[in-house]
Amino acid sequence: MSTNENSESRDERGKAPAGERVADWADGRLGIYSLAKSNMRKIFPDHWSFMLGEVCMYSFIIIILTGVYLTLFFHPSMNEVEYHGSYVPLQGQLMSEAFNSTLHISFDVRGGLLIRQIHHWAALIFLAGMFVHMMRVFFTGAFRKPREINWLFGFLLFVLGMFTGFTGYSLPDDLLSGTGVRFTEGAILSMPIVGTYISFFLFGGQFPGHDFVARFYSIHILLLPGIMLGLMVGHLILVFYHKHTQFAGPGKSEKNVVGMPLLPVYMAKAGGFFFLVFGVIAAIAATTQINPIWAMGPYRPDQVSTGAQPDWYMGFAEGLIRYMPGWEINFWGHTLVLGVFIPLVLFGLVLAAIAVYPFIESWVTGDKSEHHILDRPRNAPTRTAFGVAWVTVYMVGLIGGGNDLIATHFHLSINDVTWFVRIFFFAGPVIAFIVTKRICLGLQRRDKEKVLHGRETGIIKRLPHGEFIEVHEPLSQEQLHTLTAHHQYEPAQVGPAVDENGVERKIKGSEKLRAKLSNAYYGEDNQIPKPSVEEYKEITSGHGHH
Amino acid sequence: MKKLSARRRHPLAAVVVLLLALACTGGLYAAFAPASKAQADETSQSLTIEEGKKLYAVGCASCHGKGGQGSSDGPSLVGVGAAAVDFQVGTGRMPAATSQGPQVVKKKNIYTQAQIDQLAAFIASLGAGPAVPTKDLYGPDGADIAAGGELFRTNCAQCHNFVGSGGALTKGKFAPDLQGVDPKHIYEAMQTGPQNMPSFPDTTLSEKNKKDIIAYLDSVNSSKTVNPGGLNLGGIGPVSEGLFAWIFGLGALIAVAVWVAARTAKAKKS
Amino acid sequence: MSSQDIPEENLPAEQDHHAHGAVSVADEKNPFADPGLPPHEHRIQDIDERAAKRSERVVAMLFTVSMLATVGFIASYVTIPKDKAIFVFPIGHISALNFALGLTLGAALFCIGAGAVHWARTLMSDVEVADERHAIAAEPEVKAKVLADFKQGAKESAIGRRKLIRNTMFGALTLVPLSGVVLLRDLGPLPGTSLRHTAWSKGKLLVNMNTNEPLRPSDVAVGSLTFAKPEGVEESQEDFQNVMAKAALMIIRLQPDNIKDKRELEWSHEGIVAYSKICTHVGCPISLYEQQTHHVLCPCHQSTFDLSDGARVIFGPAGHALPQLRIGVSEEGYLQALGDFEEPVGPAFWERG
Repeated sequence: MSTNENSESRDERGKAPAGERVADWADGRLGIYSLAKSNMRKIFPDHWSFMLGEVCMYSFIIIILTGVYLTLFFHPSMNEVEYHGSYVPLQGQLMSEAFNSTLHISFDVRGGLLIRQIHHWAALIFLAGMFVHMMRVFFTGAFRKPREINWLFGFLLFVLGMFTGFTGYSLPDDLLSGTGVRFTEGAILSMPIVGTYISFFLFGGQFPGHDFVARFYSIHILLLPGIMLGLMVGHLILVFYHKHTQFAGPGKSEKNVVGMPLLPVYMAKAGGFFFLVFGVIAAIAATTQINPIWAMGPYRPDQVSTGAQPDWYMGFAEGLIRYMPGWEINFWGHTLVLGVFIPLVLFGLVLAAIAVYPFIESWVTGDKSEHHILDRPRNAPTRTAFGVAWVTVYMVGLIGGGNDLIATHFHLSINDVTWFVRIFFFAGPVIAFIVTKRICLGLQRRDKEKVLHGRETGIIKRLPHGEFIEVHEPLSQEQLHTLTAHHQYEPAQVGPAVDENGVERKIKGSEKLRAKLSNAYYGEDNQIPKPSVEEYKEITSGHGHH
Repeated sequence: MKKLSARRRHPLAAVVVLLLALACTGGLYAAFAPASKAQADETSQSLTIEEGKKLYAVGCASCHGKGGQGSSDGPSLVGVGAAAVDFQVGTGRMPAATSQGPQVVKKKNIYTQAQIDQLAAFIASLGAGPAVPTKDLYGPDGADIAAGGELFRTNCAQCHNFVGSGGALTKGKFAPDLQGVDPKHIYEAMQTGPQNMPSFPDTTLSEKNKKDIIAYLDSVNSSKTVNPGGLNLGGIGPVSEGLFAWIFGLGALIAVAVWVAARTAKAKKS
Repeated sequence: MSSQDIPEENLPAEQDHHAHGAVSVADEKNPFADPGLPPHEHRIQDIDERAAKRSERVVAMLFTVSMLATVGFIASYVTIPKDKAIFVFPIGHISALNFALGLTLGAALFCIGAGAVHWARTLMSDVEVADERHAIAAEPEVKAKVLADFKQGAKESAIGRRKLIRNTMFGALTLVPLSGVVLLRDLGPLPGTSLRHTAWSKGKLLVNMNTNEPLRPSDVAVGSLTFAKPEGVEESQEDFQNVMAKAALMIIRLQPDNIKDKRELEWSHEGIVAYSKICTHVGCPISLYEQQTHHVLCPCHQSTFDLSDGARVIFGPAGHALPQLRIGVSEEGYLQALGDFEEPVGPAFWERG
């Protein structure tokens, strides 16, 4: 049958071009034409914040490429060797093979240092990119149906990225990372009942043992990145499947997506962006030193340096552990190390809070419809306030994690910084929540004002009778539409106390809670009703304003 | 001016104001940031205890007592030795200001080396203590840099950081940055343990050990230290690296993203 | 808890969806109505061939620069010695090779990206198009068909009817991963009491970490700080790291009348006290000793201990005092341990008690 088709096409227009013949071959086996039919001209909207995810994806690819190169030279072994490479200040020192081979990469492999620095910078940027990307999705409400699963995929990528980064940071077995691993041991030991056992299984006995570098290595290069790669592919497939969200604007609705086609514009823009990201990171690696392990020296459990911090993405956890008071409970021959265990639990809880938020919001609104038009943060004041409060907790953690450097650089007392952070761990998010909500409501009022009275031009006019007025320029229909396109919910009420048959029914606690939360979200003082057509007509039908 | 006021409600006005404010803050900070330190000159002269005693009576006796016996304002100087005087006065820490913060900090030295030597001779005459080290003790000849590194990480890095960039102590005290500190002063500090720094006497940290440490510091924290990877970001570890990654790394990438996603200028506007 | 208990009118009203581009005049009834996609405006490159040509040249130039940069990368790799240092203002003394390779690689990559993006932005069509979205949830008929198929499949397998098969299968599937868990057992030995002991024992001399010589009381001055290890422990030994992770010792000397804690005084020798260097919080080698306040600070999490008062915690997240080692003097006049630490050193753990 296929020969028949082929001969027909040949008969008509001679031999098909080579590219087409290759594509035909592939289509016969993979069905690529059907796949390309719906995807080749797929539409992507243009907005810089939609490229944050690409920053993450590309830095992840850069990390994989450079990481593979590093594995060619790195020896994940803790055997002690004497150093005889070209870095003079460590000549003749005893160190693990892991540290020795990292020095070899940095000083004796041409370009090795560059690749190491690209790898590490890309890792820091990857995590920072994921954080900002996650916040973009959060504050614009892009996590709403149908994208909740993709939100979780992204969240998991962020958490796994933290641990992949941490295991990688520990591999060179230098004095700084070794201190971090020692902290890991202490944190694991603090877990009630199982802690000691998990620690002995992880380290192959007592700390530090001879195993953790090899074990972290397989976790760092195989287990975690493997899972992450899978999640990332899933994340991308879902982005394709759901089609991208977009901001409200003329011609944009919940039923369409407006932008430019994948081929050629996004192929060039997104493809080009990969090279731009790689280029920028390479330039940073050329000019800015990161993790100079030679200066830190090999790990010894009896040595330490001040300024012992993890990479930034673990700084929040470091902060929690630094400002926790030293609580410890002894009972029946056991010790409950609350001073370490509570921060460990809090670390999980704070991260979980942002992860489950989409589900809480969708329960409060009870909304089952799909959302493809993004919210402006001001139009969801409670959500935005919660997000800013969460970021505040996170930032307070980061400040706590760097308390010693903040003390030395701003000439403060480390004890004062720690106390400040202890207080702000509780007060910060509350203040941030209240302030943010007020700001959002103020901005909503301003939008309403703008819609009803036009834009303030700053031009002052004197009327014939002497009165001064500021000229307001009416908005275009595009702007009017954009500013009024958002949904507003009504607060949910607790249903009637009697059912349709007149029988009294029990009102569940969850129902009351939801009504309360819904009121806190959408009640009278918690959102500004957007201008109605009637209001607008009433104001514009009279001539001028004021 | 009219043009300016007409544009103050422009949608981009807020951005412009923000940028201006940032630029002003930066400028103000640059103007008021603490100035850099000066260095003491090195001359040598013969010294006399008598000369030192006169200098002592003027500059030091009000806190440390007429005979160096100490008072509520300053510790006894009997037995601290010439090395302690050379360090404290040579780095400008002494004489200290009357109201000081958590610790006495390095400042411009107001004495000549000759006067310091005279002061040191006077204090040394009050009771035996470590003498000012000679150049062969802290010079680079015969030093083992690698051994110095290991010693530095065991004894010093916990307070002064792995390359001697300094670090925090309790209640506002701190271990200072060691870059640019005269090797002689480093030697004296180890010998005498100024302020809250513990001492490392020759009985526990030998003369050779001290020489090695100084040689190591010179190789990793001096103006000629090679940082192969580039800008060393203060040599304080992951905090400055993280800030750099956020501000310059992610910042640059977002700037690029804005360019990639922005609309190309339309014909009628150009 | 489903949306059913929320009255329909509380949900947002469906927006009035105009087909894109269909309505472009102001709607008399609804001034907020979607006016549709604005008409496409031409870029200068769309109407001026000279401008388009300029863009083309810029793109081609960027791609050419990239090629040159790659040549530069290879040239740098071949010609620059790996230990050559150069001074670059304002960065400082840096490796010439790293700088050259990084910048050429960065330029080669960046120019490809910049060229592609400039091409897309100025020469490719910038007409905005709208794609229709389709509901993600399946139509009811599809759903009914799938459910029917599933029921038929389940029925044909008889999984619901032959409960014995079902239950044993679930049992087998639940048990089989256990083999994997069991295999993890040999990751490490059981803790036993190993966390309670260190390399210190009665009669072990205190050896100075710096000089590798045993310490005499006269070596340790008031206000000094010394670190020690048990005699017979050398860095070249295979278990050196494991030993030091628990046995590292910090030795200071106080005026005996400055010691506030009775037991501390008893366990000291002429004011010389020996404390574990391993922080009781999470095990950092704590040693930021302030000789005037007798406080010692941990650089990792700022736990602060008062060494003149039994090393009790006075600030920070540590939960208990640093363990003290009881010391005395041997017949030859060297400092020696009078036994092991009486409590486990380092971070607390569940079995510590």
